[in-house]
Amino acid sequence: MTDLKPRRVMVERFHLTDRGRSGIEMVLLYVLSIGGAILLSGALVAVTGNSWSAVFGALMDGAFLAPGRWGDTLVVAAPMLLVALGMVIGVKAGFFNIGQEGQLLMGAMAMGWVGTRWGGPGPVLLMLGLLLGLVAGGAWSGIAAVMRFRRGVPEVISTLLLVFIALQVGGFAVTTDWLLRDLDANRPSRAVASAALPENIRLPVIRIFGNEFNIGFLIAFVMALVVAFLLVRTVWGFRLRVLGHNPNVAQKTGVAATRMGSAALFLSGGLAGLAGAVMLAGGASGFRVTTGFSQNIGWQGLLVALLARSRPLVAIPMAILFAALRTGSGFLAATGVDRKIVDVVQALLVLALLIPPAIQFIRQRRKALAQAAEEA
Amino acid sequence: MGDFFGALGDIFTSPTMYGSAVRLGGFLAFAALGELVAEKAGTINISVEGSLLAGAFTGTVAFHLTESTWLGLIAGALGGLIIAWIQANMSHRLTADQFVVGLTANVLVLGLAGFLNGIIDPAARRASIIEIPLLVDIPLFGPALFGETWPTYLLYPLIPLTWWLLYKTRWGLEVRAVGENPQAADVSGIDVNKRRREAIYYGGILAGLGGAFLVLGQVGSFDTGAVGGRGFIAIAAVYFGGWRLGGVLLGSFLFGLADAFRLALPVLGYSLNAQFLAAFPYLLTLVVMYAITKQFRQPAALAQPFVRGLR
Repeated sequence: MTDLKPRRVMVERFHLTDRGRSGIEMVLLYVLSIGGAILLSGALVAVTGNSWSAVFGALMDGAFLAPGRWGDTLVVAAPMLLVALGMVIGVKAGFFNIGQEGQLLMGAMAMGWVGTRWGGPGPVLLMLGLLLGLVAGGAWSGIAAVMRFRRGVPEVISTLLLVFIALQVGGFAVTTDWLLRDLDANRPSRAVASAALPENIRLPVIRIFGNEFNIGFLIAFVMALVVAFLLVRTVWGFRLRVLGHNPNVAQKTGVAATRMGSAALFLSGGLAGLAGAVMLAGGASGFRVTTGFSQNIGWQGLLVALLARSRPLVAIPMAILFAALRTGSGFLAATGVDRKIVDVVQALLVLALLIPPAIQFIRQRRKALAQAAEEA
Repeated sequence: MGDFFGALGDIFTSPTMYGSAVRLGGFLAFAALGELVAEKAGTINISVEGSLLAGAFTGTVAFHLTESTWLGLIAGALGGLIIAWIQANMSHRLTADQFVVGLTANVLVLGLAGFLNGIIDPAARRASIIEIPLLVDIPLFGPALFGETWPTYLLYPLIPLTWWLLYKTRWGLEVRAVGENPQAADVSGIDVNKRRREAIYYGGILAGLGGAFLVLGQVGSFDTGAVGGRGFIAIAAVYFGGWRLGGVLLGSFLFGLADAFRLALPVLGYSLNAQFLAAFPYLLTLVVMYAITKQFRQPAALAQPFVRGLR
């Protein structure tokens, strides 16, 4: 047994029991908080001497309006959504895995290794690569699971520290012959990037209305449905949520915390690994694994899950929103505003969306306490 | 690996090694001392990473504007406090999840610092070195502890101050009570979440100071990657120390030593796999966490949010 500390997770609190007046108040609260976040971001742009309307226009152009851009946005949204889904599973079980940036890289490396080193028919290798990507990401977060359940090391610390180690493992892999280094000695930049995936091991591309995107988004979309179904409609999902909601109850009702928690952490990292494999097979960094391959997708996917308040289906539009901010930021150079402003906007949005449910929760507590006092 | 062990002997007799260990460990110790107080109150404050970076940035900007190291350090403490204020009020007034808030605060600071750094482009400079007479002549440790830039010495009074606050004041007693049994503390009239907020403020101030110290006392310039997860290593140092002051300092020094080891090896002419060296401090932290977390009893309510009437 482990001396696992039960930790009540307060991420997903959504009791929409109150109707009427408080319903309108909630909408108002949401409008106020989101408006506040956007206003703050706009003020930041204005203070630094730029036009926020130009910034907004550039973001819209870069994300959706300019030719071929919404396809790019979907390409970026796919790994973000997968990462977010992993986060959702972890949070629902009460575990806070924040190492997706590293798990994603491990998944991409597994895909790259299968794609460039194994022989076989393309589609089979692609499937194997995606699967192994999932396993690699899961194994990486599995380290954190072992540390948590054997020794009580909080996963919030271990998963993060593992990111820095994963980055170095990536650097080691692309410079090591028996791992990922490009064996073509004539390529100039082979010290920083692996060989490219062969053509037949890449994700198929859909072309529609002048936009093209690989089927990565469809994979992520289907995974969102699967995760939603697993969590809500299966006994396994129910047990997982019981564990996350109240570990004491879970223990009394016979949910094996270690097994359940390890599975949740494994899947959490596994989906991040799958995200990495999808990114690589979908053409990120020119189908090559590089040391900085993750490109913050891991962090942003994490924020997507927080923004969606751990609901898998809500994560779909949120992933598109954050992907839009990201691809849109590519057009910011013309306005003279640093694209890092988008990181600020994203964080502010997440913080803002924490406020209304928290206020609602406090109100409900006060009401319940007052009621209890009356009855006593 | 033969090289590795061969190098150990040389390195542990080299004064430069201890110098950089104290510098890097000192940076961690600022953050870890504050985090210790926060964890004694029952909160794991992962925004310590953000506080460090915020302190480093505001400290640099203040120095850039005023050319005063003192004002830089004060601004750094304020920068850390702002992040702590967000963390404390979002998670221990509004009861949003503390990890969610902490993580988001970290991302926010990283984005803000990166964005503003490109616009302001502040320049900083290392503070002057002051050698404390006599003490500096102690072999091995003397120059490392007493021949440093003067902001380093701010750490020394903070150690007894933190001890006194935690163990000799009513406030400290209440903080510890809140971290052990919030329900009981609540019943006896202590405002649990208020004490927790205050403990986090203290942690934020110290971390901000540590961030400013990193720039103005050590490196001499700001970089958004300067903190690079060391806030989390500071948290690990608190675990390592078993939530006791001396242990936490020892942990900071140990992890500082790991960092210093990484820097000192190439200087002393040893070559080791570059990636392994870069990963070494993080790897050591994980191994140590694995080995030691179970050895000590943590504050009983660590990472447990408190809402009256819920347990």
